[in-house]
Amino acid sequence: MAGGNGFNVDDLVEPDRVHRACYVDEEIFEREIRHIFHKAWIYVGHESQVPKAGDYATTVIGRQPVIMVRHPDRSIHVLYNRCPHRGAMLCSQRAGNVGSAFTCSYHSWQFKLDGKVRHIPIQNGYDNTRFSLDSPDAHMKAVARMEVYRGFVFASLSAEGPDLKDWLGTAIAGIDDMCDRAPEGEVEVVPTCFRMVQKSNWKIFLENQLDAVHPSITHTSTGLAAQKVEQEMLAETGQPPPLSYHYISAFAMELDKWGALDVVGHPNGHCVLQGYMGLRPTDPDTLEYEAVMRKHYGPERTEEILDVNIHHLLVYPCLSIQSPLQQLRAVRPIAADRTLTEIWHFRLKGAPEPIYRRALDYFYLVNSPSTMINADDLYNFRKCQEGLQSEGGDWVSFHRNAGQDRVEGGITTTNIGFSEAPMRNQFEAWRDYMTAETAS
Amino acid sequence: MSSAQDVLPGAVSLPVANASLETQHAVEQFLYRQAEILDDRLWDDWLALFTPEGHYWMPAAPEQMVGEGQPNIFYEDHYLMRVRIGRINHPNAWSQYPPNRTGHVVSNVVVEAEDPSSGDLVVRSKFYVAEYRNDEQRFFAGKYRHHLTSGPDGYRIQLQRVDIVNVEGPFDYVLQYWI
Ligand code: FES
Ligand SMILES: [Fe+2]
Repeated sequence: MAGGNGFNVDDLVEPDRVHRACYVDEEIFEREIRHIFHKAWIYVGHESQVPKAGDYATTVIGRQPVIMVRHPDRSIHVLYNRCPHRGAMLCSQRAGNVGSAFTCSYHSWQFKLDGKVRHIPIQNGYDNTRFSLDSPDAHMKAVARMEVYRGFVFASLSAEGPDLKDWLGTAIAGIDDMCDRAPEGEVEVVPTCFRMVQKSNWKIFLENQLDAVHPSITHTSTGLAAQKVEQEMLAETGQPPPLSYHYISAFAMELDKWGALDVVGHPNGHCVLQGYMGLRPTDPDTLEYEAVMRKHYGPERTEEILDVNIHHLLVYPCLSIQSPLQQLRAVRPIAADRTLTEIWHFRLKGAPEPIYRRALDYFYLVNSPSTMINADDLYNFRKCQEGLQSEGGDWVSFHRNAGQDRVEGGITTTNIGFSEAPMRNQFEAWRDYMTAETAS
Repeated sequence: MSSAQDVLPGAVSLPVANASLETQHAVEQFLYRQAEILDDRLWDDWLALFTPEGHYWMPAAPEQMVGEGQPNIFYEDHYLMRVRIGRINHPNAWSQYPPNRTGHVVSNVVVEAEDPSSGDLVVRSKFYVAEYRNDEQRFFAGKYRHHLTSGPDGYRIQLQRVDIVNVEGPFDYVLQYWI
């Protein structure tokens, strides 16, 4: 169907290539906000960010500022961050505790933690007016739908659509993988969120997450530098380098090894990149962890859990999850050429401390503001964004291994790590969202 | 989450040692030299500033007390610093084309503690850094806190803590190396 003016979504997306306008056009971006981000399930946060009643965390869903808050009855509510009186935001910090009520800093209207109005000063001023406490206009508005899956809080601004589990579909395995690796079956957020701004379109980031060709090219400098220091460390100390070095030296793995991975496309644009890091070493820390796992799950189930081989799960359009390393990046588009990522990591509840340290090392080396890995990714993304402004060509090519995908039950498998199937899969979902008749 | 009071630790009066003019002068020269080494990208000299166990640390929150086992913006020993240097010097470090250029100013140098027997120091100071790369300029300001060992060749850094004022971000692009 046609967009506002000037473009037709169906003309922009072909099975093996997409028009550059998808990345640079502001009008398309606005449509993405309304048709994708204001409609799909969007990750809000993890419930462990708000453990106590009155705890809140703020973020955005598309263009809508929202508050995730813990109610005294332990339930979680996701509310628009807007005072019903004259519109002031009720929470101006990224996180905090509001006590037993939200109190607006402007004229002191107060709201209970489910958003229902608690007190409005100068009540008699409303006598004989159209305003009434019974009206929905007196309360903070809740998002249309909110669901929690294993502690992960998602919201949708649209009343219609599949429920969260159906929408995640088979991709739910990635969230299960992260939680199952905890002896207690749950993860807990570490309350440090790194936020990075990318000067590029949000889709470029998501496409890169399952691009198995780029690491050995983009990250060669860091991978080789880490390899060299690994050797020096062994020579100088006689000790094998810690696993954390492998996280970055693995980026220098030869190209054909990357090709042996698999990329899997799930319905609704979700995708999975099969693991490659060999995260099941046999050092004493790992063995201790595995023993704890067996105590909780029994030997058979433990093997099943540890055999899951996911490196990256992409929950389209809002999340990149690295389940075996308990990392997560939430995507918050700002403009066609600007994207904010909120980067979190988690503790496996019940796992020994050294296992947390692995997640922490990866968080530092790959996801911190001083990352030697994303330094080159972000630069590539920006160069893509700038190059795509040019009229030197209209199309972005996703032809690699097109036509070789095997589709079964809505799941696309390739057996070719280099296949651009994940990008094609994402754009299939993109087209479905963008051509749907109703936006929220 | 922190209240307004505890994110403004200025209310606490920090200790000041009664250091001699000579010590004050020597440590200021050391800090200026470190800034110069960074601006000139003299990586071997940079590594030589640190003791063998020395760490460069930029916490992820002002109230953080230790680097070990915590999320940090930087927490690097010699080996990790060598990886970073190896990357920057590699011809395929794509984001080093063009390289970034920095200008550091270090000031407000206060000797906080001095061990009378060893001469080891704890020194705090303020910095201001302009970074230029690819037609863009960024600025970072904050404070350093150096734990210095004193030896025959002068001072060495046992621990350098760096608190930038915009620690919560968001970060517009990454920090490719130390501030
Ligand atoms: S705007 Fe909130 S009370 Fe007036
Ligand atoms: Fe990458």
